[in-house]
Amino acid sequence: MPLTNRRLFTNEFNQLLLSEPDSPPIVVIPVRAFALSEPERLIALVDTQGHERAFIADLADLAADDAALIRHTLTERELVPEILRIDKVLSFSTPSQWRVTTNRGASELTLKSEDDIRRFHDGLLITDTHGLPYRIPTLSTLDRHSRRLLARFL
Amino acid sequence: MPHPISPPVLAEISLDLTTELAFCRHRLVLTAQHLRLESSESSPTVLAEWPLAAGDTLIFSDHAGVGTLALVDAHQRKAHWRFTMKHRAQAEKLIERFAARATPSPAATPAPVAPVEHWLDDSPDTASTLTLLRLWRFARPYRNRLLLGFFLTLAATAATLVPPYLTMPLMDDVLIPFQNGQDIDPWIVGKYLGGLLAAALVAWGLGWARTYVLARVSERIGVDIRTTTYNHLLGLSLDYFGSKRTGDLMARIGAETDRINLFLSLHLLDFATDVLMIVMTAIILFSINPWLALVTLIPLPIIAWMIHLVRDRLRTGFERADRVWAQVTNILSDTIPGIRVVKAFSQEAREAERFTAANRQSLHINDRVNRVWSLFGPTVTALTEFGLLIVWAFGIWQVSQGSITVGVLTAFLAYISRFYSRMDSMSRIVAVTQKTAAGTKRIFDILDHEAGVPDPLQPESPANRPAALRLEQVDFRHGNRHILNNITLSIPQGAMIGLVGHSGSGKTTLVNLIARFYDVSAGKILFDGTDIRQFRVADYRQQIGLVLQEPFLFFGTIAENIAYGKPEATREEIIRAARAAHAHEFILRLPQGYDSLVGERGQALSGGERQRISIARALLIDPKILILDEATASVDTETEQEIQQALDYLVQGRTTIAIAHRLSTLRQADLLVVLDQGQIVETGEHHELLARQGHYYRLYQAQIKLNEAGSQAPAPEEPTHAAD
Repeated sequence: MPLTNRRLFTNEFNQLLLSEPDSPPIVVIPVRAFALSEPERLIALVDTQGHERAFIADLADLAADDAALIRHTLTERELVPEILRIDKVLSFSTPSQWRVTTNRGASELTLKSEDDIRRFHDGLLITDTHGLPYRIPTLSTLDRHSRRLLARFL
Repeated sequence: MPHPISPPVLAEISLDLTTELAFCRHRLVLTAQHLRLESSESSPTVLAEWPLAAGDTLIFSDHAGVGTLALVDAHQRKAHWRFTMKHRAQAEKLIERFAARATPSPAATPAPVAPVEHWLDDSPDTASTLTLLRLWRFARPYRNRLLLGFFLTLAATAATLVPPYLTMPLMDDVLIPFQNGQDIDPWIVGKYLGGLLAAALVAWGLGWARTYVLARVSERIGVDIRTTTYNHLLGLSLDYFGSKRTGDLMARIGAETDRINLFLSLHLLDFATDVLMIVMTAIILFSINPWLALVTLIPLPIIAWMIHLVRDRLRTGFERADRVWAQVTNILSDTIPGIRVVKAFSQEAREAERFTAANRQSLHINDRVNRVWSLFGPTVTALTEFGLLIVWAFGIWQVSQGSITVGVLTAFLAYISRFYSRMDSMSRIVAVTQKTAAGTKRIFDILDHEAGVPDPLQPESPANRPAALRLEQVDFRHGNRHILNNITLSIPQGAMIGLVGHSGSGKTTLVNLIARFYDVSAGKILFDGTDIRQFRVADYRQQIGLVLQEPFLFFGTIAENIAYGKPEATREEIIRAARAAHAHEFILRLPQGYDSLVGERGQALSGGERQRISIARALLIDPKILILDEATASVDTETEQEIQQALDYLVQGRTTIAIAHRLSTLRQADLLVVLDQGQIVETGEHHELLARQGHYYRLYQAQIKLNEAGSQAPAPEEPTHAAD
């Protein structure tokens, strides 16, 4: 279901709407099918009931303003902070509290178990107790101190 | 032949049971006119004879390992004979020849297509130390490095033997003359002390090199054993996994290989060093003074004899301890996956008791082993002390006689105190060797087991051929149980067959045969006219998609699980398969979409969701043959409808064999096959079978009643954690 003639716009509630040829426009939410491995491609637009209304193979194929709208909605909706530095780890046994510096500012996260650290490609995804994912794009970008702390959990 | 006018024998069978089921040694011989029972000696006596009439038939039946042949005509049973099932092949041949007795030419027996599989006995004998020699197969690739390690060991050991030798001149040329009033020559002392230092340094360097080289090799051998065993295990038939417990197999591949590894890198190395040391020490001692050497070495054979004495008791003891240990881990692997059942029936206390009992058993056996073992060590130590005592006594006497110097005695004492301290640790090798031999045997038990379904020598390719299946007189036996009997069935390409029947009627066995998880006992299965045993198993299975009652998800992302049968699939293909399987939308609701983790330790998915992922998995490989084994049995009716839509799409254009308890799910089937006790009792389509008012009709009626009773309380679909 590509977009074809349908159009995207936002309303006063800052919701993303998709125009339908024969019916009033519907509120849609963009969802990345491969949230980690393919963030720029394969994005589904689902309605509030969770049904798929459109599927975008690649954001690059869209009209520039449509793509911008989707990107904007995605960044507003999704928070995946990137960890730049692990400042302090309070205990090496889980649950463990970490003080981290991210690209969105300093934060504190609680790691419930080592299983919540997930490797993908050469990076890591760390999910805290409350389900908020933190990302480390590549291990080599971390400084020595952070890597040494991290090594205790891998 | 003792009978002058005996007609030619067509077939015969050894009867090892009488009709009253006592053991005996008889023989039933078939000729064109008679069945003759004779004793089985070289010159047999005829015990009874039955003339054969035109309407006679032979009927074979079996129950619990005992076979019966009955000779019947239209009115009565004329005779019957019993035998144990090991003679079943003879019985079948006899029946075949009996049926063909009117025509004189012998019936042509079809040649077997694949080599007959043979199973090795699981425990042919207790683990002999010789089993360890079989490890050479894994050591071979590393023989050069092993040789290097051996020479390093030799050199390192020799270096450690230098210091005691130097004590001799130190004593005789320096200390004793000093006591007698001479001055100490610093030059000589420096020379000897320098020698001691150099020997220590050389021994240190060589010791390090030796341990490093050999530890590296043994680590690699350990990895090779582990991967070879695991790869072999994956190739074994489902039968093997059915008969072994997961905990036991895991222990074999994990703990046993580790034990072998430790043995090779540590114990065997130490032992080799010790043996070398003893041999070299003995040579040095004899070269210094043969008589004193002889006395010094007297305790050695005694210790060797003791080791030999204890070895057998320890070996069986350790084997038992191992088995009990496997029981302990088995309880864990039993209980932890079934924890919901344990808790639901509040049997925690019972399980705890079971675990405690196994541990008590383990304790008991280990106590017995330790009783022998604990005596062993101190005895060796005591013998060491006695040995020293003898050397002291004999040495002092020799010194007093003036036959040896004090320096020689000191050197001897220095040598043998090393020597005996090594005896102590050497005695440990017995236990370790036995344990490792036991472990090696358990590893080779797996490796000796041949793959259940062999590949042909000149395989044909099943690709690009129409998926028309034909079963011809298929029989399947498991042990002496007859599971399938004379199944003949044609499934044209693209048709859908529904298999119906009570549980235990052989439905799952039939699809297992079609998927070639087992081979048929008799008859054949043809794929586009070619026996499926003529294909390579992997090639053939690529044509088959399987959707099981309990979908299994591996730990990994959803995308990886869908692409399990086709790892190279693109993301677009994965999404297409998931859409067709009605899985796409629920996957989008997961936090990371197709990148979300599932399986043990992953996202909790409901039974219906997992089933749809497994349908997507089957869809993605685009199989020609599709097997649905109770694909909708574990979900509620509402989810079933959703899955059914996915399945309807899946079966299009594929040859499908579906098993279903709910007959309604087979409404699309072109042909329904009703199985009962391993035989096809009815075939036809739904309405036709209903009109016939036979087996199918009764099953259908029973289900309608059940649905009416059950429709008041629809079961909600409960998310279950995918703890498979």
